[in-house]
Amino acid sequence: MIMVYCEQRNGELLNVGLELVGKAVELSKDLDGEVMAVVCGNKITHLSEKISQYGATRVIIVEHPLLEKYTVDAYTEALYQVISSENPDILLIGATLTGRELGPRLAARLRTGLTADCTNLEIDPESKLLLMTRPAFGGSLMATIICPERRPQMATIRPGVFPLPKTDTQRKAEVYVFTPKLNEDDIKVKVQQIIAKVRRHKDITAEKIIVASGRGVGSKEDFELLEELAELLGGGIAGSRAAVDEGWLPKELQVGQTGKVVRPKLYIAIGISGAIQHLAGMQESEYIIAINKDPEAPIMKIADLAIVGDWKPIVKRLVQQLRQSMNVQDVKIS
Amino acid sequence: MSFRIIVFAKQVPDTTEVKVDQIKGTLIRDGVKSIMNPEDKNALETALQLKDKYGAKVTVITMGPPSAEAILRESYAMGADEAVLITDPIYAGADTWVTSMILARAAQMIGFDLITGRQAIDGDTAQVGIEIAEHLKIPVIAYAVDLKIEGEKVIVTRELDSTYEVISAKLPCLVTCTKELNKPRYMRVGNIFGCFEKPITIINNSILKFDKNEVGLVGSPTKVRRTFTKGPKEQGTIFNGSADEAAEMILSKLKAEKLISQQ
Repeated sequence: MIMVYCEQRNGELLNVGLELVGKAVELSKDLDGEVMAVVCGNKITHLSEKISQYGATRVIIVEHPLLEKYTVDAYTEALYQVISSENPDILLIGATLTGRELGPRLAARLRTGLTADCTNLEIDPESKLLLMTRPAFGGSLMATIICPERRPQMATIRPGVFPLPKTDTQRKAEVYVFTPKLNEDDIKVKVQQIIAKVRRHKDITAEKIIVASGRGVGSKEDFELLEELAELLGGGIAGSRAAVDEGWLPKELQVGQTGKVVRPKLYIAIGISGAIQHLAGMQESEYIIAINKDPEAPIMKIADLAIVGDWKPIVKRLVQQLRQSMNVQDVKIS
Repeated sequence: MSFRIIVFAKQVPDTTEVKVDQIKGTLIRDGVKSIMNPEDKNALETALQLKDKYGAKVTVITMGPPSAEAILRESYAMGADEAVLITDPIYAGADTWVTSMILARAAQMIGFDLITGRQAIDGDTAQVGIEIAEHLKIPVIAYAVDLKIEGEKVIVTRELDSTYEVISAKLPCLVTCTKELNKPRYMRVGNIFGCFEKPITIINNSILKFDKNEVGLVGSPTKVRRTFTKGPKEQGTIFNGSADEAAEMILSKLKAEKLISQQ
């Protein structure tokens, strides 16, 4: 049986858990067909319906007042109890920041292996083992990892790696409520305050089109032009670590190994040379356009369209032309 | 006894210098130097700042081949008080679970009030620190952007995806640091002269006493079945022309790929 941990925040499911349910349904065809989704929190029974629609055969709602707020201590213990009673062969966890904290603590308690940040999962047809493939050395080398003896075989997967599956409202899962035994004293880390981040940008992993920039872009003012391009294309802006380190873009817009992994339909890389850490975060994009002065820059080798030249006049011209073509459409619509 | 801080650090190949041979689809590692994992310096800086402020004994621990001594010398030059190299051929090939078990046992022998560390850029799993905390049955606070000690407690502000959390935990505790936490100090000239004289404590399995089946590749729950490089991607269209021509080229491709309307 494959167990998927579905993370919820304030009573709403994160997409990554549902993406993993979709992947688990696919993998389970080579196993026993069982996919159990687990969600932790307090007063969250309403979430079972949505998870069912994504194809889980069973849903376990783990409820306790001490799970109201996420703490690694309470969530690790609650999941440890569920896993000890259900004995899954495989456990998949979304590699959000909380998932990347929960996963290792849980794996160590279960005395099993954990493979972080997998980009591909398959079932070996002979051994029926989970083949967990992940990038190493900033994405330049791929490694397929197995966990032959200990159970569960655990993997974390970043948001956006697998597509969100189609829903089917006809699907019904068996739903259970599990009440873990938790004590206030088990929670060693006390959350004293939660401060919401001011979010000015959409989550870049959800963007279909991304206009990304790097050190070659030069200044904060240049970003107005790039934002306009992104807006005209119906997408968002992002950047390399260099652009974030320079203070031109907030960390939440960083693409790459230490930032977010994106796979949009279109990725336009402007003034990004393409260090492997950056490529690790975007090379699965469907169509890549790179604009760079240096024809030898690594990004130019993986781009579907590599434009050699100074980005600014090119983008200015492009923005102008896009504006014109949009106006034409406006006229037609009215 | 004074406040004891352990910093876990790792020597890694400088991945910003690792390049891929696009024709062969393999890694070019010749001449790539080994460095102290950059974010481990943030962890060490955290410890050194606490030492400056409250007084503490800072011990840097690394596990690796004897050549990993280089980063311990660097830690001395930054201001560490003690350096420990865990090295034993039977530890080679350890996965994160085994590594964390070895480091946890060493930490227990050395003694600590606080442990700091962070993910390495080579394997980049960020899980060893958290697993160490579980083996030691101590609280863990990940992704610290601010840290202070108040009596017997550590108060940490940490950054999550959409929120910041202020968290307190009783010492002893393990905190993983981010690069936002501080700017690592440079090595001090006075310390650089002294750093080659200072002793490095070597810990091997005669001290940690693991059964050989518990550690290294044999003891690791996970195994690498194979490694491969992604085949080199076919070179796309390269265009070199005027700005107007380039913009035209982009537009025509966007239309051809149905990424913008055909109008």
